[in-house]
Amino acid sequence: MAGQGSGGQVAQQAADGHRAPAIEVAGLTKNYGDIEAVRGIDFEVPVGETFGFLGPNGAGKSTTIKMLCTLARPTSGSARVAGHEVTTARDAVRRNIGLVFQDTTLDNYLTGAQNLRFHAALYGVPAAAVEPRMRQVLEMVGLWERRDSVVMSYSGGMKRRLEIARGLLHAPHVLFLDEPTVGLDPQTRASIWEYINELKSREDITIFLTTHYMDEAEHCDRIAIIDHGKIVAIDTPEALKASVGKDRVQIQTADDQAAIAELGRVFGIEAGMHEGAVTFSVASGEQFVPRLFAGLSVPIRSVSVSRPTLDDVFMSYTGTTIRDAEASGTDQMRQMAAAFRGRR
Amino acid sequence: MATTQTTQVAQATEQAELAGTIRVSVPEHSLRTDLRAVSIVWRRELIRFQRDRLRTITSLIQPLLFLLVLGTGLSSLAQASMPPGIDFKTFIYPGVLAMTVLFTAIFSAASIVWDREFGFLREMLVAPVSRASIVIGKCLGGATIATMQGIIILALAGLAGVPYNPVLMLTLVGEMLLLAFTLTAFGVMMAARITQFQAFMALTQMLVMPLFFLSGALYPLHGLPAWLSVLTRIDPLTYVVGPMRHAVFSHLNLDPAAMGALSPSITWLGWPVPIMLSLGIVAAMGLAMMGVAIATFSKPE
Repeated sequence: MAGQGSGGQVAQQAADGHRAPAIEVAGLTKNYGDIEAVRGIDFEVPVGETFGFLGPNGAGKSTTIKMLCTLARPTSGSARVAGHEVTTARDAVRRNIGLVFQDTTLDNYLTGAQNLRFHAALYGVPAAAVEPRMRQVLEMVGLWERRDSVVMSYSGGMKRRLEIARGLLHAPHVLFLDEPTVGLDPQTRASIWEYINELKSREDITIFLTTHYMDEAEHCDRIAIIDHGKIVAIDTPEALKASVGKDRVQIQTADDQAAIAELGRVFGIEAGMHEGAVTFSVASGEQFVPRLFAGLSVPIRSVSVSRPTLDDVFMSYTGTTIRDAEASGTDQMRQMAAAFRGRR
Repeated sequence: MATTQTTQVAQATEQAELAGTIRVSVPEHSLRTDLRAVSIVWRRELIRFQRDRLRTITSLIQPLLFLLVLGTGLSSLAQASMPPGIDFKTFIYPGVLAMTVLFTAIFSAASIVWDREFGFLREMLVAPVSRASIVIGKCLGGATIATMQGIIILALAGLAGVPYNPVLMLTLVGEMLLLAFTLTAFGVMMAARITQFQAFMALTQMLVMPLFFLSGALYPLHGLPAWLSVLTRIDPLTYVVGPMRHAVFSHLNLDPAAMGALSPSITWLGWPVPIMLSLGIVAAMGLAMMGVAIATFSKPE
C-alpha cells in the first residue's frame, strides 16, 4: 500500500479529505507465559474521540495500553497509533502520544516545573516553546502557582493533575490515561474530569482511557467493554444502554385503567401498574414521550423515564457485575502481576 | 475539495491560536535529541544531589572515620615502617578518596532501582529517545556526584600531609572521575537486572567492602601471600588506587627505595603494569559494563 509511511499518510489524508484513525487495532493479543492477557481485540478510534476501555481489574486494559504505548510487545496482531505501527515505528509512536499511568511516575524530589522541564527535554520540545507551553498546561490544571513546590508536597489529586499536564506538554495527538482517577476521592475525581473535559474543548486531541468506574465511562464518546481479554461490546454509552433493552417509562394519569387500555390500542404496548404508576418499557423513552403526549387522550400528570445504567450494560454482556468480576479476577490479576514482574 | 480541506485546516489553526494553544512539534529522533536527553538525565542527578544535603554529609562520615580515626589510631603501630616525615595517614589517603567515590557511586546507581520503585523510570523509558542516552546520563550523573564527594575529601588533603599541588589535585580529580564512572556503570548494570531495592542494597553491600579491602587501599601491594596477591589483581579498584597513590607519593620527594616500598607498581607475574594501561583497564571495564546496562535496558518487554 502507498500510505504506509508517515509521509504517505499525510498525502493520503489530504487526497481523500478525511483523516486516518488515531488508533487502529487488529487481532491484537498478548500472552505472559501461559496467561492470555489480551485475546485478539479489534477496534478503531477516530481522531478527536474520547474512547474508553471499561472492564474489571485484570481484564486486559492495562496490557492493551502498554502495547499501544510501545511498552509491551504484542504476541500477535497489529496496532497503529497516530498512523504509526507500534512494533516497527516505536519512536514515532512515542513522539505522538502522551501518557498518564495508573501509578504516579513523577520525581517527588523535583518541583512541578522541574518535572515538566525534564519531560520537555526528553521529548525534544523546542527550547523556546518550553516555558510558554509549560505555563499553558500548568494553568489548565490549576498548578501554575505551585510550580516551584517540590512534588512531595502535592496532594494525590495535584500529582495526577501534574501528570496530565506533563502528558500534554509535548502536544501529543493521542493522550492515554490509564485509570486516571483511581485512588482519588470523589471530589478530586470530579475535578480531574473537569480538566479532561476542558482539555477536549481546548486541544485537538484523541483520548484513550481505561477505567473500571461506570460513571466515568459516561464521559466517553465511545466505550469498549473488555472482559477476560476480549472486547464484548463497543459503542457509544447511549447505544450500549439502548442495546440492553428498553427504558422504563412511568406515567401518572387522570385515569390509569383507561390509559393502560389506550396504550395497548394505540401503541401496541403492554403496560401495567407498578409503584402506583402506569409502567411500561420502550426502546428509547425520551423519543417516545412526545408521541405519548400526542397519541394519548387520557390527561397525563407526570412522566418519568429511567434508562438502563452502564452497570446493566456490563451485566448483560458479561453476565456479572463489574464488582463481582473484580473479586474473581483478583487472583488472575495477581498471577499476571507476578508474571510481569518476573520479566522486568 | 482540496481547497475546502485547506480552508478547514486554516480555520482550525486560527481557532487554535485564538484559544492560545501553543503549537509544539516534537522533532525526529536524532543525535541532538539524544544528547539533550543525556544532559537532562545528568542534570536531574545533580539537582537531586544538591537537594539531599543530609546524604552528602552522612556519606562523608565513613571516609573521615577511616582517615582520621583509623589513620591516627594505627599510626603508632604503622609509623615504624614508614620513612621519616611521612605520615601513615598520607599512605591511606588515596584509598580513602577511592572509598568515598566507591560508596557514593554505588549509591547513585541505586537511584535507578529507586526510580523503578517510584515509577519515574517509566517516564524515562517511554520517552522517544534511545535508552542508551538515559543510561549514559545516569552514569555521567553518578560519576559527577561521586567525584564531587571525593573533592570534599580532597579539600582535607592537608590533614593527611598531602600538598595542595595543582597538578596533583587535577590528577587525583581525573582519576576519581574515572573510578566514579566505572563504579556507577557497574551499579547501573546491576540495577538493570535487580529490580528490588532490598536485594540491590544487600548485593552491593556484599561487594563494596571486599572491593575496598582488596584494592590495597590500606596496605602496599608487595610481599603479600599469593592468594591475596591474586585477589588484589582481580579487584578493579586496585588499578585506580595504585595510580592515585603513585601520584601522591611522587609529589613528596621520596627516595626511590621508599617510593618502591610505599607505592610499588602493580605487577602481573612480575611485569609492572604501566599507569596508563592500569587506568585504561578501568575505563574499558566501565565502558563495557555501561554497554551491558544499555543492552539490558534496550530489551523490550
